[in-house]
Amino acid sequence: MSKKFSNLLRGYVAKPKVSISTGALGGLKSFLKEKSRTFFVIAFLTPFLAALTIMYGLPCALSVLMSFTDMGLSFELHFLNPLLKNYYTIFHVADPRVPVVAQTTILYVGCTLLINAGFSLVLGVLTAYCIRNENVASVLRLLWFLPRMTPVIIYALLWLWFTDPTYGPLSIVSSWIGLKGVRWLLDKPYSQLVMIAVNGYIGASWGMVIYVSSIKTIPLEIIYAAKADGATDWDVIRRIILPLLKWPILFVTSWQTLSLIGSYTEILAIWDGYSYTSGVEVWSLFTYHTAFEGYRFGYSAALAIVMATIALILVAIYFKVFGFKRMLEPSRIEV
Amino acid sequence: MITAEGYRKLIWKAKIRWLIGNIIVYSIVCIPLVPIILMYGWLIAQAFSGVCISSLIPQKLTLKNFYFLTGPIYWGGTPLYKSYWPLVRNTLLLALGTTGLVVAITSLAGYAISRFEFKGRDPLLKSVVVVHSIPGVLFLIALMYILNTIGLYGKGFLTLLSVIIIKAGLESPMYTWMLKGFFDSVPWELEWAALVDGCSRFTAWRKVVMPLIFPGIAAVSIFAFLSGWGEYLLVLTYITDRKWYTLSLALSELTYQFKHVDYGMLAAFSLLYLLPAMIFFLLTQKYLMTMRIVAYKG
Repeated sequence: MSKKFSNLLRGYVAKPKVSISTGALGGLKSFLKEKSRTFFVIAFLTPFLAALTIMYGLPCALSVLMSFTDMGLSFELHFLNPLLKNYYTIFHVADPRVPVVAQTTILYVGCTLLINAGFSLVLGVLTAYCIRNENVASVLRLLWFLPRMTPVIIYALLWLWFTDPTYGPLSIVSSWIGLKGVRWLLDKPYSQLVMIAVNGYIGASWGMVIYVSSIKTIPLEIIYAAKADGATDWDVIRRIILPLLKWPILFVTSWQTLSLIGSYTEILAIWDGYSYTSGVEVWSLFTYHTAFEGYRFGYSAALAIVMATIALILVAIYFKVFGFKRMLEPSRIEV
Repeated sequence: MITAEGYRKLIWKAKIRWLIGNIIVYSIVCIPLVPIILMYGWLIAQAFSGVCISSLIPQKLTLKNFYFLTGPIYWGGTPLYKSYWPLVRNTLLLALGTTGLVVAITSLAGYAISRFEFKGRDPLLKSVVVVHSIPGVLFLIALMYILNTIGLYGKGFLTLLSVIIIKAGLESPMYTWMLKGFFDSVPWELEWAALVDGCSRFTAWRKVVMPLIFPGIAAVSIFAFLSGWGEYLLVLTYITDRKWYTLSLALSELTYQFKHVDYGMLAAFSLLYLLPAMIFFLLTQKYLMTMRIVAYKG
């Protein structure tokens, strides 16, 4: 690539075209240059800004509007009287499902976070530092990546088989340890365990990748020096790697919290139709069902707005804790 | 003074310690992988088995699970799907369409954001983070209203087209963020040299910068393609015309009908659906490490 590029550059260097401008003409030229620069920026950004406005901005504004209405299948914006009726329904617990769903969501986010941010740290350290054979480590990482790269419906089918009451290995193994007849997808504490595992397998690899690439940037000299002074591997992990991973750990934890609050596709794909009775109806899924099965778009918009508000508060806190610079890499600026 | 005997003991101790350490390390990484390996192994074995199996050993080897490649899929006498191939076409359309749009949008915007100081640049970057924190179901609901209002809901091909545009639009902010990192890593001097030599800005972008960030473009294309190939929610929610169903939607319907009954056909169907994604992924997994932000999901 670089060779090709340097050839390209050489072609240009051969015929320099530097114009020297003076006086009023120069002023005009620089004015035009400034204009063309503005034009250039606008032209390059337009598709992106259009996407941002139409796919994100407009729907956000619309949802707020919709949450004040009782919009159903007729798609008419009739404002409710009182305007905040949908929110009263949620916060005064006029809908008995809301507290159940809220509890499930807290359980889901909390427990899956332990896997997505905690166990992925273990995986990251082990595959980046403890397993010295890079080939073995990358094969293991690839295996951990499989669920993430699989289309969600196939992943759901795999779990349906895995927990199948007749053919599934989970049911067979669990009957050995005295859990005969447990329907892993339907019976409550077990179905919730499965829910956490399903999403844990997908989430673990994301944190792992971030941790691995952070560990790879630690200068080896530090580790060699520690080793020369007699440190064991455990000492290196505890006293060098983990302290250096402070920010990545915070970053992964905070982002995973957000993405878990909004995630529900896998649960929808596996527990289609009986998620509430199985105790796996998380807030996002409840919102989805209210909208596209109950056709109560107004109420579901209110449910979504409540969730979005929580997410935005979390983001505001993250910006305070991390600072903008740490969340985005420093960028090159035109001088 | 260490005797030969004591020395040998020390070496043994170190070896045992190394062994135990390795056993612990590998069991932590590998034991949780057992269900995953079982599942994917089963998928392959089941696709070629005549009966439902609960292990990795295929029984009654057969190819009849793949019958849907040549004929319709029946459920109790009525054909659910007349042919398999339109599903493939629709899925490919969705995946490739999304990839093209995403690459076009993000390579332009990523460059502009990386290279130019303009009013609203920082808020723009912040907004990318903020909009991504908002749960996706909110957009699904509001976009349903928009689609219905402009008359694109339940309109066959036009609906698929709008799903492509919606998907590309929803995904482009995070890919832009990712690609911006790649643009940042190209030294500004290279472009500066091109500009001094008389390139226009556009030529500099196309001829100098774009070839250099090919890995970034490749990574974005892979993720966009894989995500379009596996897309389920948008298709499930918006596409009502069976002619424009994708593989994911068809498989979800078939799973609903055939689970506990005919895992063979489901496994064969899934295997063919999974294969392109896996090949694509294995060929390009060296870009895996570049996906810091992009894999923002569950």
